[in-house]
Amino acid sequence: MAQPQPQNVFAPWADPAEKPLIRFEGVTKRFGDFVAVDDLNLDIYEREFFALLGPSGCGKTTLMRMLAGFENPSEGNIWIGGQNMKGIPPNRRPVNMMFQSYALFPHLTVWDNIAFGLRREGMDKDRMRVRVDEMLRLSRLEKFAGRKPHQISGGQRQRVALARSLAKAPKLLLLDEPLGALDKKLRQDTQFELMDIQEKTGTTFVIVTHDQEEAMTVASRVAVMDHGKLVQVATPAHIYEAPETVYVADFIGDVNIIEGTVIPAQGNRVDITYAEGKPPIRAATDKTLVPGQRVSFAVRPEKILVSREMATERTNAVKGRIEDIAYLGNISTYHVRLDSGHLVSAQMTNRNRLERREFTWEDEVWLSWTETAGIVLTE
Amino acid sequence: MNGRLTWFNVTSLTLGFAFLYLPMLILILYSFNESKLVTVWGGFSAKWYGELLRNEQFLDAFWVTLRVGLISSTLATVLGTMAAYVMVRGGRFFGRTLFTGMIYAPLVMPEVITGLSLLLLFIAIGLDRGIFTIVLAHTTFSMCFVSVVVSSRLVTFDRSLEEAALDLGATPLDTFRLVTLPIITPAVISGWLLAFTLSLDDLVIASFTSGPSSTTLPIKIFSAVRLGVSPEINALSTLMIAVVALGVITASLVSKNALRRQRREKQEAFAA
Repeated sequence: MAQPQPQNVFAPWADPAEKPLIRFEGVTKRFGDFVAVDDLNLDIYEREFFALLGPSGCGKTTLMRMLAGFENPSEGNIWIGGQNMKGIPPNRRPVNMMFQSYALFPHLTVWDNIAFGLRREGMDKDRMRVRVDEMLRLSRLEKFAGRKPHQISGGQRQRVALARSLAKAPKLLLLDEPLGALDKKLRQDTQFELMDIQEKTGTTFVIVTHDQEEAMTVASRVAVMDHGKLVQVATPAHIYEAPETVYVADFIGDVNIIEGTVIPAQGNRVDITYAEGKPPIRAATDKTLVPGQRVSFAVRPEKILVSREMATERTNAVKGRIEDIAYLGNISTYHVRLDSGHLVSAQMTNRNRLERREFTWEDEVWLSWTETAGIVLTE
Repeated sequence: MNGRLTWFNVTSLTLGFAFLYLPMLILILYSFNESKLVTVWGGFSAKWYGELLRNEQFLDAFWVTLRVGLISSTLATVLGTMAAYVMVRGGRFFGRTLFTGMIYAPLVMPEVITGLSLLLLFIAIGLDRGIFTIVLAHTTFSMCFVSVVVSSRLVTFDRSLEEAALDLGATPLDTFRLVTLPIITPAVISGWLLAFTLSLDDLVIASFTSGPSSTTLPIKIFSAVRLGVSPEINALSTLMIAVVALGVITASLVSKNALRRQRREKQEAFAA
């Protein structure tokens, strides 16, 4: 990730002089024999919107609960704002959390829920009233201040939970699958709202999610986790365009993985033979590869062009037959069976109306992509 | 439910209710009997109720029972709630299973044994038997019931509520006081009511642990009946039935209302 960053872009992780807000230092967490988090090192910087992404059981929730203080690391140290968190209980950490279930106090009104943390701080009445009203305004809940949690809708409850966790103006806000319970439309709106609030308050957000689309939308950096380890930590664009492993490429978005053997070509290009008697795939790569090395070639469906005639201006072109078409409205995904037996999916924007669609089932088509469209992965 | 009253339904309903309530109905009827003979109907009268109010012995026993019930059920609620909290929330401490088992054991213990063992204990430590010993005895057996009721509520309690309170800066004690306790209050109240009712009806344990100056109402009724059933006893029992029925009806109406209100508010929230 040592690529040069343009000026004025938010990227504290690229600046060696920057001090991290959170530092995980060789953190391991075991539950009996099960290793939930395995010797993990990670720095998270102030004002970041950091996403922990992974399938369930990958250790992302455990990592977050250790930040909040609900679990203690079996080994290693966690630092927040330069302070070692060892032995510090949740109620004395500069961290607030928004729970997956929202965990609103059912016996208190929306107003009292938001004021709960401020009361524990011993804030005086007038300042508290101002602060709670400010949070109600921020989350557009002014009209519901006197209601109990069971008297408001799911989306409103989610906003109360957010307002409550932000009321104390924590250095760090943890969000545990915050949008899991909302339907898709509301979730998308809320994602932008979250980003907006994060920007306005300048709080560092750490979000746990299994929804890669959500992580891509909101986060400044994404950490992909698997079996208690970090697989890759990078910006969403970098994770998508330059995944370091097959696991990451496969986890984020759709991808075609074709395995083959390397023949070095001129420049920083390689040829990958994937099937006998077929011309190899030519791809650009920075990696130094030895001839005969086994690699995986990964290419995203939207980078592949489907055409009737062979597209000569593109380096790679293969012939196949359409097996399936998934029509999604704005785009269609074509599942094409190559002569070599590989099934490749390609995505095309539906510029024409459905009746004037160019391709249909069982059509012979050409798939083509440029040499920089895909990436070569060694693990 | 497709509610049709077939002859079968009606018969089973009648038989069932007769089985449950016929004895009580007869008791209530005879409490208004003019005659002193319990089995002979001598016309309608409320005179036994007046007699009852002038009977110092019954009144004394009533106040003893009330005091014992109030104090022991309150103590049992505090102790039972604490025990339930430890059992559900204490994690896997050493001897937890044994402790849990020992809390539940008195539920199935014959009352005679509980009473006898308490009596032996009080004699051994030289405690004079009186109201105090009955209170202790009732607290002992009813706290198990309270802890069963409260722990069944705690098991379904969403722990993230407590974590949220801690996260917002509440100390563990504040968390219990401000979040856990208010939410489990309905269970605590029903535990208290259960303990109070158990204390009201208890005859066996009270008769082991009571002293000469402290006779509870069930003991009084039982000893009076041994000398023959008087219409006064019928009147007293009718009053007790009335009090219990009133309590049960009120409690169910209150909870039904609360449920209906909550449902309506929820509908309004989603309609908005």
